[in-house]
Amino acid sequence: MNLLAVETATEACSAALFSGGRIIERYQVAPQEHNRLILPMIEAVLAEAGLQLAQLDALAFGRGPGSFTGVRIATGVVQGIAFGAELPVVPVSTLAALAQEALDEIDEEYVYACIDARMGEIYWGVYRRGETGLAELIGEEAVLSASEVPFPQDSHGVGTGSGWARYEAQLTERLGERLGTIFTDRFPRAALTARLGAEAFREGISVPPEQALPVYLRDDVAKKPVPRR
Amino acid sequence: MYVLGIETSCDETGVAIFHSQQGLLSHHLYSQVKTHADYGGVVPELASRDHVKKLIPLISRALSAAGIDKYRVDGIAYTAGPGLIGALLAGAAVARSLAWALGIPSVAVHHMEGHLLAPLLEPDPPEFPFIALLVSGGHTQLVEVEAIGRYKILGESLDDAAGEAFDKTAKMLGLGYPGGPEIGRLADEGLAGRFVFPRPMTDRPGLNFSFSGLKTHTLTTLAATSSTRQDKADIAAAFQEAVVDTLLIKSQRALEETGLVRLVVAGGVSANRRMRKKLHEMGREKGYRIYFPRLEFCGDNGAMIAYAGCQRLLAGHAEPLEIRARPRWPLSDLLPP
Repeated sequence: MNLLAVETATEACSAALFSGGRIIERYQVAPQEHNRLILPMIEAVLAEAGLQLAQLDALAFGRGPGSFTGVRIATGVVQGIAFGAELPVVPVSTLAALAQEALDEIDEEYVYACIDARMGEIYWGVYRRGETGLAELIGEEAVLSASEVPFPQDSHGVGTGSGWARYEAQLTERLGERLGTIFTDRFPRAALTARLGAEAFREGISVPPEQALPVYLRDDVAKKPVPRR
Repeated sequence: MYVLGIETSCDETGVAIFHSQQGLLSHHLYSQVKTHADYGGVVPELASRDHVKKLIPLISRALSAAGIDKYRVDGIAYTAGPGLIGALLAGAAVARSLAWALGIPSVAVHHMEGHLLAPLLEPDPPEFPFIALLVSGGHTQLVEVEAIGRYKILGESLDDAAGEAFDKTAKMLGLGYPGGPEIGRLADEGLAGRFVFPRPMTDRPGLNFSFSGLKTHTLTTLAATSSTRQDKADIAAAFQEAVVDTLLIKSQRALEETGLVRLVVAGGVSANRRMRKKLHEMGREKGYRIYFPRLEFCGDNGAMIAYAGCQRLLAGHAEPLEIRARPRWPLSDLLPP
């Protein structure tokens, strides 16, 4: 299977190609530059693998949560390519990609994945190592204050993501004994989006380009004015 | 050459197919006006969210209405600015990536160039050179247009754009959003001449505009009445007359100063009926030809972007593999194709 993935939901921008079990990736932390970087990255991973678009089976993208504009860049890019090249699309959670990297690196059962959501909140997801080694979501992803995060009582695991850099104190206090290693400098990357996307695609999960849409979690983005008397 | 045009700079998702010989083949627009009306103005984040949902279905519809499949498209034109950054990026990401996937060139189009060339989509288009009066919610400019890409800004608004003044004044009068059409309708019921508003900056030389003072004038005038529907209608009429007159006086001055005889009026405010009527009268009286886009192309649309992009693609325009979005982009920065 050949699958191309992009992830642009945070300060990091990346593209990766999953091809016959091998993963080729371009990754760069470059805030505000994703629009300039992402297409050349895609070209680079395809060139390194010696593949044309026509040889791909599917696309995957980081569907969020994360920066609204960032998530929409990945969404727009896969919509455009999928529509042009007639490819199915696999939406992959940005928090799941973040969690997968930690599971691959540390021998823990759980991951507390956390991305800074600004406005005093975080995007939060608890993942557990599944039978095949892939990250499985426990409960639901949420946007909320660091002092309110939910987690399974019997869990123990690793904390990862930009939310940890900002809210380490509050999160450590909340999770207490359940916490092992903390990675405060990690961003979701397309290599993991590709891996999770390839697995989902194998299981038959994909959507047409117009249904490849962001998951923002935060939906109260504007207040309606109070009607005047 | 078949060109797919994509417009997402604000609150309208516009898609069109233009052919260099056959002309406009199809155009589709999804207007978010209803979404934003509840908020009294455009909410940028909601606009961006809508573009992402609507764009691919609109492209499919535009292609089938034009009777071609995507592989026949020779180039893609997309609005790269000026506009709301999130909204621009939503369209630009799809447009640039689709062009790359199809292996065809793309062109980042200046939104206001799209507007000022919109009358060239009509059966009797203006010849170059001409004066363009660009009036929308974000811009009020007088531009000397020598040819495509040769633009000299002769004057512009120093504060509110004309469309913005309509929106703000509508709000003061308790009318809905967008304000232009609402004020136009109410003004029809108004008594002309009961109130007379100033024509800002017309008593001194120069081609710049200032519309923010008219808001204050509206507020003080309104406060001195008992705010009945008739009072408001009379104020709406006076306000509209002042804006239209000011635009007319400055446009006429630009024509006199440059010696040009053609005036193109474009942008959302160019749909204002009173303005269309008075400018046509001025043209007949003074011997100028006045050009407006058809009503549906006064506001934002994909057709004007496809047209403007096509002119540049025909000249061999090619650009790097980059999704371009430039929220602030002076028209005078443009070069000929």
